[in-house]
Amino acid sequence: MAEPGLGTLGTIAFGIAIIAAAVGGAAVLTWFERRLLGIWQDRHGPNRLGPFGVLQVVADMLKLLTKHDWVPPFADRAVFVFAPTAIVVAMLLGFAVVPFGPDLYVLDLNIGLLFFLGMTSLAVYSVLLGGLASNNKYALLGGLRSAAQMVSYEVFMGLSLMGVVMLAGSFSLRDIVEAQRELWFCIPQFLGLLTFTVAGIAESHRLPFDLPEAEHELTAGFHTEYGGMKFAMFMLGEYLGLILISAMIVTLFFGGWLGPWLPPVVWFGLKVFALICFFILLRAAIPRPRYDQLMTLGWKVMLPLTLLNLMATGALALWWRA
Amino acid sequence: MLKSALSQLQTIWTILQHSFTRSETVQYPEQKPYLAPRYRGRIVLTNDPDGEERCVACNLCAVACPVDCIALQQGVKEDGRWYPEFFRINFSRCILCGMCEEACPTNAIQLTPDFEMCEYDRQNMVYEKEHLQIDGTGKYHDYNFYRVAGLAIAGKDKGAARNEAEPVDVRSLLP
Ligand code: SF4
Ligand code: SF4
Repeated sequence: MAEPGLGTLGTIAFGIAIIAAAVGGAAVLTWFERRLLGIWQDRHGPNRLGPFGVLQVVADMLKLLTKHDWVPPFADRAVFVFAPTAIVVAMLLGFAVVPFGPDLYVLDLNIGLLFFLGMTSLAVYSVLLGGLASNNKYALLGGLRSAAQMVSYEVFMGLSLMGVVMLAGSFSLRDIVEAQRELWFCIPQFLGLLTFTVAGIAESHRLPFDLPEAEHELTAGFHTEYGGMKFAMFMLGEYLGLILISAMIVTLFFGGWLGPWLPPVVWFGLKVFALICFFILLRAAIPRPRYDQLMTLGWKVMLPLTLLNLMATGALALWWRA
Repeated sequence: MLKSALSQLQTIWTILQHSFTRSETVQYPEQKPYLAPRYRGRIVLTNDPDGEERCVACNLCAVACPVDCIALQQGVKEDGRWYPEFFRINFSRCILCGMCEEACPTNAIQLTPDFEMCEYDRQNMVYEKEHLQIDGTGKYHDYNFYRVAGLAIAGKDKGAARNEAEPVDVRSLLP
C-alpha cells in the first residue's frame, strides 16, 4: 500500500467526510433527479418545499424515518435485514479508492481498480439476497433477473477496463489519472468507455437496466416487501452506486481531477456532476429492454466489442512500444 | 443493430431539446386554470329575472339524477306558485353530470364553474336550500317560467302568458 497523502488522522477525517458527502449527495440527488426528469418531461417536479423544492429531501427523509419498520412474517428475517445494509456498505467502500485530487484519497491501493470492481459486484448480492429473503414471487423474480443481469454484464465490465489498464500500465487509480495528462482515455479507449458506461448503468440498476426492479412488471421487484428505512437503504445504495460509477468513469476516462485553472477537486466534482446529469438523461429518454434483450446485448454485442477493443489496444500498445 | 443504436441516440437528443421547452404544468392553487361558463361544478338554484325563486319543485331533477342525490319537498305559496320547502343536494354523492340541469323545465338548477368544495367533515357536503339558492339568474337571464306557462298565479290569469291563447269557454256554443 502506498503512503496516504493526508497522514493517518487526515485520512480518517477525509474518509468520514467522504461518507457524509456521498450520503448527503445521494439524498440531494433524489430531489435533483426528479427535478431534472421533470424538466425533460415538460413538467416541474417537486418545487413546493423550500427554495426550488430542495427541502423535499428532508420531508422524504422524515417520512421514511417515521414509517413502521416492518419485517414480513414469512421472510427470512436475518437475511432480510442484512440485505439493504450490504449494498450501502459495499458502495461506500468503493468510494475509498476513488482519488478526488492528487492527494485527496482514502486508499491508494495498487489494485484499486480490482477493489472497485469487487465492491460493486458485492452490491449485487444485496439485491439477490433481498429478493430471496423476501419470500415473495415478485421479489424472487427481481432477484433472478439481477442474477441473470450480473452474469451478462460483469464479464465485459471488467474486460472493458483492461484497455485503460494497458495504456496506463497500472491498476492504481492515481496512476491511471496521471497517465491521462496528455490525452484523456475517453478518446483512445472510446469503445471501453461505451461498454463500461453500459455495464455501469446495469451495475447500479438504473433505468434502462433496472430490470430487477421494473415497477411496471414486478411491482417493485426485489424490494417489494421492503419499507421505511430498509427501503431507504436500497435507494441510498442505488444513488451511491450512481455517484460511484460516475466518479469511476471520470477517473478512468475523463482525466479524473485533471483540468486547467480550477482546483483539482472542483474539476472532479464538475465532471462527476455532468456525468450524473447524463445518466439522468438516459433515464428520461430510453425505455427499458426486455431482459433477454439485455442478455443478448451483453453477450452478443458488448462482449465482442470489448474483446475487439482489448485486442486492438494490446496490438497498438505492443507496436508502439516496439 | 446500428439503426436501433442511432434511434436511441436520436431519442436522447430529442429529450435533451426538451430542456428548453416550457413546462405544461398549471401550478394549480396559485395559478387557476380557465373554466368555461358551461363547466360542470358546484350546483346552484337561481331566481327568475323578477327576483322570484325559479324552482317549482317538480322533482324532475331528482328523477333524472343517476345517483339519487337530490331530495326536495314541494309546497304551495298563497299566490299559487309552487316552491321547494326544502331542497337538499348531497355533494358527496353528486357526480356533477349535469343531468339535473338538462331535466329542469325552469332553468332553476344550474351547474357553475366552481369545484373547490373540500370539507373535513363529510356531513358538510350536504347542501341545503339556503346554501344552494343564489340571488341572480345564473346563465339564463331572461327566462321566466311563469310568463310562458299556463298555470294561473296571482297577477297572471289563464291565457295571460306569452304566446298563450285565451282559454276556450267550453260552455259556449259560439265557434
Ligand atoms: S349533477 Fe348529476 S349527480 Fe349531481 S345532482 Fe345533478 S343529476 Fe345528480
Ligand atoms: S330544480 Fe328544476 S327540475 Fe328540480 S324541482 Fe326545481 S324546477 Fe324541478
